[in-house]
Amino acid sequence: MLAPTPLLDVAGLTRRFGGLVALNRVDFDVGTGEVVGLIGPNGSGKTTFFNVVTGIYAADEGRVVFDGRDITSWTPQAVYEAGIVRTFQRSRLCLPLSIFDNVMIGNHKRLNRGLWFNLMRRKAFCDAYEAAREEARVILGTFHPDLARRMDEAVAAFPMIQRRRIEICRALIAHPKLLLLDEPSAGMTHEETRQLMDDILEVRDRVDPSLAIVIIEHEMGVIERITDRCVVLNFGQKIAEGVYREVAGDRQVQEAYLGVE
Amino acid sequence: MEKTRPSLLPGLAAVGAGAVFAVALLTAEQQWAVGALIAGAALASLAAWRFGLARAIGASVDAHEGVLNAAVIAAVLAVTAWFYEDHFPLLMMATVLLSATTCIGLTVQFGYAGMVNFAGASFYGVGAYTAAVVVKYTAVPHLLAIPLGGLAAAALGSLLILPMLRTKGHYTAVVTIAFAILMKTFLEVNDTLGGPQGMKIRNVTVFGWKPNTALEFGGVELSHYVVYVVAALALLVLAFGLTRRMERSWVGLALDTVRIDETAAACFGHDIARWKIVAFTWGNALAGMAGALYALMVGFIAPNNFTFGDSLILVSIILLGGIGNLWGAMLAAALVVILPEKFQIIQEYRFLLYAGLVMLILLFRPQGLLPRTLRAYVPGRA
Repeated sequence: MLAPTPLLDVAGLTRRFGGLVALNRVDFDVGTGEVVGLIGPNGSGKTTFFNVVTGIYAADEGRVVFDGRDITSWTPQAVYEAGIVRTFQRSRLCLPLSIFDNVMIGNHKRLNRGLWFNLMRRKAFCDAYEAAREEARVILGTFHPDLARRMDEAVAAFPMIQRRRIEICRALIAHPKLLLLDEPSAGMTHEETRQLMDDILEVRDRVDPSLAIVIIEHEMGVIERITDRCVVLNFGQKIAEGVYREVAGDRQVQEAYLGVE
Repeated sequence: MEKTRPSLLPGLAAVGAGAVFAVALLTAEQQWAVGALIAGAALASLAAWRFGLARAIGASVDAHEGVLNAAVIAAVLAVTAWFYEDHFPLLMMATVLLSATTCIGLTVQFGYAGMVNFAGASFYGVGAYTAAVVVKYTAVPHLLAIPLGGLAAAALGSLLILPMLRTKGHYTAVVTIAFAILMKTFLEVNDTLGGPQGMKIRNVTVFGWKPNTALEFGGVELSHYVVYVVAALALLVLAFGLTRRMERSWVGLALDTVRIDETAAACFGHDIARWKIVAFTWGNALAGMAGALYALMVGFIAPNNFTFGDSLILVSIILLGGIGNLWGAMLAAALVVILPEKFQIIQEYRFLLYAGLVMLILLFRPQGLLPRTLRAYVPGRA
């Protein structure tokens, strides 16, 4: 039987920074609706992997196929249009802007960006604006009622957990096919992380069960609970792959994390 | 929860007080009178801020934007009517309005897209020289000199776009500094454009009418500057209205995103180059149109009117007013243009004073006199 074509199919991906091989012939695939954990010690190439997939860094070798299209040398803009969105390890919200503004940044591809429309057709713009507000209100409301109620306030006024939620709303509003989460638990407590993950999965089940997620995470409890499968990187190389329990029992993985006795 | 709408009164009172102050300041001749007026205004603003009056005015402005915008236009026209035959106050008013238009352009570049332009006066100059060339060497109707001035400034600015897109942050500003210096040198050695002596602009005609001659209106003789104040006001209203709409739209949001975080902007599909081109071109076009109108008004321009120092003053206006706040830019433009003219004592030291002022602002109130507020896409329908 033929396996279904994966949504994201990465083969032999290599990225070097001078003499350092940050990614060394990494193969990686994600199926539609799958949740894959990307784990590994600090500096093992996880974030670089995201950066190469999303077009921030160019790949030196290998290819990235998404949804049947080779997106290896695409710009970040084109990758976003194709349906991959991400969050950042150190939250990259626009702090001086309102929650609504930040969510709309993620909605860029569905907004009419024409100068004539925005400046001259104010009536039509107002209608588009009202519709967008309603959509933002709904998605923010699923994460926290406060966010929906206070969406005209500056993001800078909110604590880290709310900022994480806003960042995830900003990613989800684009209706992506693949969501890349870079350490969403950074700076949060266990309880907050658990709640955030529940919210993400709940929104996914309700809005689009076919949404695939790749999550970078150091919190192994999170990985164990929500991922279908894990990929482990060490020094830019894939050293293990499989369901969490298998991977966690792998000798190489334990050595990478705990060192050799 | 029913909230009472803030009263219109504080806003109207502020506009009225501003108009009366403008008349008093423009009339005052004695240095002590000017000094007293400035000190009085500073104290009054401080008191208004201290006793919550400023907040009442702010709420009033937010709630009655349309009416108060109209009131400001009416106030400018009233002050113009008051000085109907005095050349000097009218010339100063027109200069303020033209500088304000230019600063609105710079706000789009600097305040929205984050591109510091140290060649604002050069683009103003491009507009001015375009108008001079149109009037002196061509048969093009003189009224078209204004849009052509904007077009020329935008076109010349697009030459800078390529090097600017290749650089980031402060290096972008360096490109504009280079342009400002090149521009002045070019004007000084170009004989067609009059070299260092500059160009005279004679016999401006609009539909057979000569706006640079005194005009009679119901038996009263008006200064020809009245026409230019009204024209400059119209240009400013147009610039302000369109830029406001730009800010309050997805375009304004995109520009802010590009300024704050280019990487995040790219990851959410924003075409960085496109938005920078839009902002840069927009700002230069406004500066160019203002410059063209300025040239038609004063009838004589020279390279020394458009120096790097003048560009620095424009940037300091933006810093003083509050980066990204259109009203702040206009208020600061009025202060920075009028004060040294009226307060002769500081004229000689004005660059020193501006430098000191900018440093004080950056130290103690980096958000400027009127800090930018959050975007209200559709005021009153939040």
